[in-house]
Amino acid sequence: MELGFLIGSVVKIGAILAYLYGLLWVLGHKKLWVKIVGVVAAFAIVQLAFTITIGDSTILNEFDSGLVFQAASMTMIALGLNLIYGFNGQFSLGQWGFYGIGAYTAADITFRWINGDSRGLLVVGIGSILGAVMILGIQKWLSRLRGVPVLSAFTFYLFGSVLVGAVAVVIGNALNPAISPLLGSAYEPGPLSQGIWLQIVYFLAIIFAGVFAGEVSFLFGLPVLSLGSDYFGIATLGFTIIVNTLMLNSDTILPFPEMKGGRGMIGIPKLTTWFWAFFFMLMVIIIMRNVIHSSTGRTILAVREDETAAKAMGIDLASTKLLTFVIGSFFAGIGGGVYAHYIGFLSPGTFDFLAGFNPLIIVVFGGLGSMTGTIAASFGWIFFLEGLLRVLLGQMGPDAPTWRFVLYPIVLLLLMLIRPQGLLGTVEWGFLKAPFVRPRENQHTASDVVEG
Amino acid sequence: MLLDVKNLNVYYGAIHALQGISFHIEEGEIVSLIGANGAGKSTTLRTISGILRPRSGSVHFKGEDITTTPAEQIVRRGISHVPEGRKIFAPLTVRENLEMGAYTRDDPDEIQKSMDRVFVSFPRLKERLNQLGGTLSGGEQQMLATGRGMMSKPSLILLDEPSMGLSPILVEEIFNIIKEINSQGTSILLVEQNALMALSISNRAYVLETGRIVLEGNADDIKNNPQVKSAYLGI
Ligand SMILES: Nc1ncnc2c1ncn2[C@@H]1O[C@H](COP(=O)(O)OP(=O)(O)OP(=O)(O)O)[C@@H](O)[C@H]1O
Ligand SMILES: [Mg+2]
Repeated sequence: MELGFLIGSVVKIGAILAYLYGLLWVLGHKKLWVKIVGVVAAFAIVQLAFTITIGDSTILNEFDSGLVFQAASMTMIALGLNLIYGFNGQFSLGQWGFYGIGAYTAADITFRWINGDSRGLLVVGIGSILGAVMILGIQKWLSRLRGVPVLSAFTFYLFGSVLVGAVAVVIGNALNPAISPLLGSAYEPGPLSQGIWLQIVYFLAIIFAGVFAGEVSFLFGLPVLSLGSDYFGIATLGFTIIVNTLMLNSDTILPFPEMKGGRGMIGIPKLTTWFWAFFFMLMVIIIMRNVIHSSTGRTILAVREDETAAKAMGIDLASTKLLTFVIGSFFAGIGGGVYAHYIGFLSPGTFDFLAGFNPLIIVVFGGLGSMTGTIAASFGWIFFLEGLLRVLLGQMGPDAPTWRFVLYPIVLLLLMLIRPQGLLGTVEWGFLKAPFVRPRENQHTASDVVEG
Repeated sequence: MLLDVKNLNVYYGAIHALQGISFHIEEGEIVSLIGANGAGKSTTLRTISGILRPRSGSVHFKGEDITTTPAEQIVRRGISHVPEGRKIFAPLTVRENLEMGAYTRDDPDEIQKSMDRVFVSFPRLKERLNQLGGTLSGGEQQMLATGRGMMSKPSLILLDEPSMGLSPILVEEIFNIIKEINSQGTSILLVEQNALMALSISNRAYVLETGRIVLEGNADDIKNNPQVKSAYLGI
């Protein structure tokens, strides 16, 4: 049994890597129809593995399916972090906080919705749209005044945010009575809280959660990004701790009784299907790849490589770092929304700052500055740590699975000794490769030069 | 007057790096800034290009005050800074590095023209277009840094030790190229350890000593100044 399980798990991890390779390969194919057929097939393969039964369980059993969803949301979070840390060189421990913000925001929207309250969607939706307008507007206005100090600019944005928040709440409260009769209650869903409408609300909830996380990261990043990378790391750690504290006290110091503070938020509709997880993961991969391969992407890299040189080229360092931070946090927010609606239950313990090192480990493990590495490591890490190790050790006794937190740092240590550039270094597969082919030897020597 | 620097005072924390420097550059000139290590040459260039802010004094470019203009705007106005120590973007290809130099420009045709001009000056770069910047030899990296500085179509280039780490033949080549860039209408502010070479292609020069200008004049006069001869030229 144990040997069979071990072989089965290794085969599974191998199959997942092959699957990811195939997905990136079809995405990178020149012909559009190959891309479309390939993506549909990639979706269908997993969907079938969830549904087709062999013997007494589906090909991917319930436990494995859970891992697939965890890995998909971890991919989004870790990709966002790789953009911030790997590609832009800003060491951040805040990704976990933005993940938490995304999870709770999206969960609150749909939870309220199915309980007859449309204000979650209205307030967050209107707030994040107005917030984006406000930020872009103030940015345009400030760019005309020259030399506004960061802290003054921050004050304007903060004031704008408070105003936008108040407006959103007022509008939300005003519109809610008209909408809530259509929502029914948790026991008797109304026309708008089932079927296609609920799917639309779910989609909007996740997008708005991402946008909201991005806007919070803008406000937080504006004063903090100018501190320099080490201080930025400390400040972002503080951010994750603040978010966690707010979650723990969401029903006392924050006006959100439905989040139930430290007891955890229950009753979140489990709306994340494989379709949605796959959809959002693909969305994040495609957005990030296109950002990196655009001129903005080169700017992001240039800032990491050498700030003085980047500045001499005419690059605005502060806004490049801020943009990267916002995009990365947006991804974390999306990942959080997907996770919340898969698991159906949110506990502040999940968003503890210690767990916040997980995406960092994944990004370093996969290779700083390699999207492929991050995607492969997210899946590999979850399946290895939560799948293989947990089950294997579980057979040795009820407490044995705890040993995996001893084993995996050792694995990490070994990897860092053998391959300090991470599993894949800066190598990319298929779709994620640079538009023209670079000779491979060059890439290796290049990373040596960078590190040397 | 293309560039006019007046009474510039720059500090690094408590260190008073530039102590009231004034100088100017006329349109079409090559002007050298020479001085010992730590005299403040690089600091002067960084202040002009907006990477550093002076505590007092002013910088005027084409008659406009650019003392507090952000670095990215200064590039747009036509000053290009090739910083000390090459600072190539290692993971980008030669082409991408050059395109990075044209970051402030939009018209792809014009950018291509500038790139072609760089290739006339540095044919070696054209051969290595798709090689990663980090894998170029030291001399090639210096060429790339200089070429990248030409890509923003500047009217003034600030060159910080363009001959550093180059073999004697390459040094000569790079000075010829600087002269050629200048003859096509770009003014140049040149900082060099290799003072003799720098003076031989310059119109005028300033001698910097611990944050102060102690001597200025025609390049030939400076070259023949007995103090300069013994202190900087080693003859
Ligand atoms: N970032 C910094 N922080 C503190 N002091 C600095 C910094 N950069 C330069 N300095 C100091 O300012 C002074 C001028 O430095 P600068 O780099 O301008 O000299 P330089 O003339 O370019 O010398 P070199 O020929 O060695 O390049 C030196 O005393 C140097 O130690
Ligand atoms: Mg210097």
